[in-house]
Amino acid sequence: MNPTILLSALLATPDSGNQGFDLGKMMAIIIASIFVNNFVLARFLGICPFLGVSKQLDSAIGMGAAVIFVMTLATLGSWAAYNLLLVPMGLTYLSTIAFILIIASLVQLVEMILQKFSPALYSALGIFLPLITTNCAILGVAVLNIDEKYSLGYSLVNAIAAGIGFTLALILMAGLRQRLELADLPPAMKGKPVAFLVAGIMSIAFLGFAGLGG
Amino acid sequence: MSLIKDLTKGIYRENPVFRLVLGMCPFLAVTTSVENALGMGAAATFVLICSNFLVSLFRNIIPSKVRIPCYIVIIATFVTLVDMVMNAYLPDLHRSLGIFIPLIVVNCIILGRAEGFANRNPVLNSIADAVGMGIGFTLAMVILASFRELLGNGTLLNINVLGSAYQNQPLLIAILAPGAFILLSFILGFFNILEKRKGGRQ
Repeated sequence: MNPTILLSALLATPDSGNQGFDLGKMMAIIIASIFVNNFVLARFLGICPFLGVSKQLDSAIGMGAAVIFVMTLATLGSWAAYNLLLVPMGLTYLSTIAFILIIASLVQLVEMILQKFSPALYSALGIFLPLITTNCAILGVAVLNIDEKYSLGYSLVNAIAAGIGFTLALILMAGLRQRLELADLPPAMKGKPVAFLVAGIMSIAFLGFAGLGG
Repeated sequence: MSLIKDLTKGIYRENPVFRLVLGMCPFLAVTTSVENALGMGAAATFVLICSNFLVSLFRNIIPSKVRIPCYIVIIATFVTLVDMVMNAYLPDLHRSLGIFIPLIVVNCIILGRAEGFANRNPVLNSIADAVGMGIGFTLAMVILASFRELLGNGTLLNINVLGSAYQNQPLLIAILAPGAFILLSFILGFFNILEKRKGGRQ
């Protein structure tokens, strides 16, 4: 099969027929999810891991990789469940329950598969995986994709871009917090308060991206 | 006596937001106005009370190995209920809370109370705990939302407080994303000072 036909079939929206492949829309989604509507700093999704795992650069990178991985799989699973199962059966009101079950079982499955086949990757990502079930960024991207009526291709692009945006914010924060450890702060502001203050300043910086990508 | 203690501890001593720093995502996202904060607080409190009640009722039946999935299904059921009721009767509020209604499922406060309290305490105490935690969460959201709405829009509960001269040039950043982070940072710092004062006196 011709790869372009396959690609445009993948990128077509389910409800508006075969729209074909729109590079401009895809770039807009990517830029919006990474910068303009950054999941952590503009949409407030995934704040708990953002604060919990940003103390060291290594663990920030591990967590970011795990989130991108699970987010992509979860989007695939939730898109398929919603469009192939819930919509034909008229059960769309069950989507919240279905999505959280898919995410929870997916995380468990990924954990078991990694443990069996790739112990090195498991020891690198292992401790982050259970935390991901309750990461609202994963459920958030699944719900957003449905709300925006994205096709499977756009949903996957959106999920990967959102994961990259999350990782970007996490890595930036980890770099800053390593320096904050040495800073001379008023005792009341040490720890969480100053972390939020830094997040606020980063969020101001990300406001500068507003309007980019249309 | 212990019932009252379970009820009041969530409001200040173990306030889920200011003392335990849980449930940050909805907390930061919906505090753009006091109205949204109250709506979210009511929704989360309702889910919290129902899930604590059921988890506590079935605490001896649910096998401990599969308890977390069971809790999640219980919570998701009530969240779906809230989602549908709010969509039907309060469509404006439903629209402004947006995806944060389905995201109540992954609010760490609710799962945390199911796992940390309701699965080892009797039904009445669990309900008291849920009410207390819900009030604490709502109160915290209302505090931050008051600051943000007042500074960013000059209003409180949509009533003009600071006058139209302020409303022409409000401190817009308070209502945007950075304002939530920065104001929360100062509030947490203030609570740290308060706690230190209290510790010094004892």
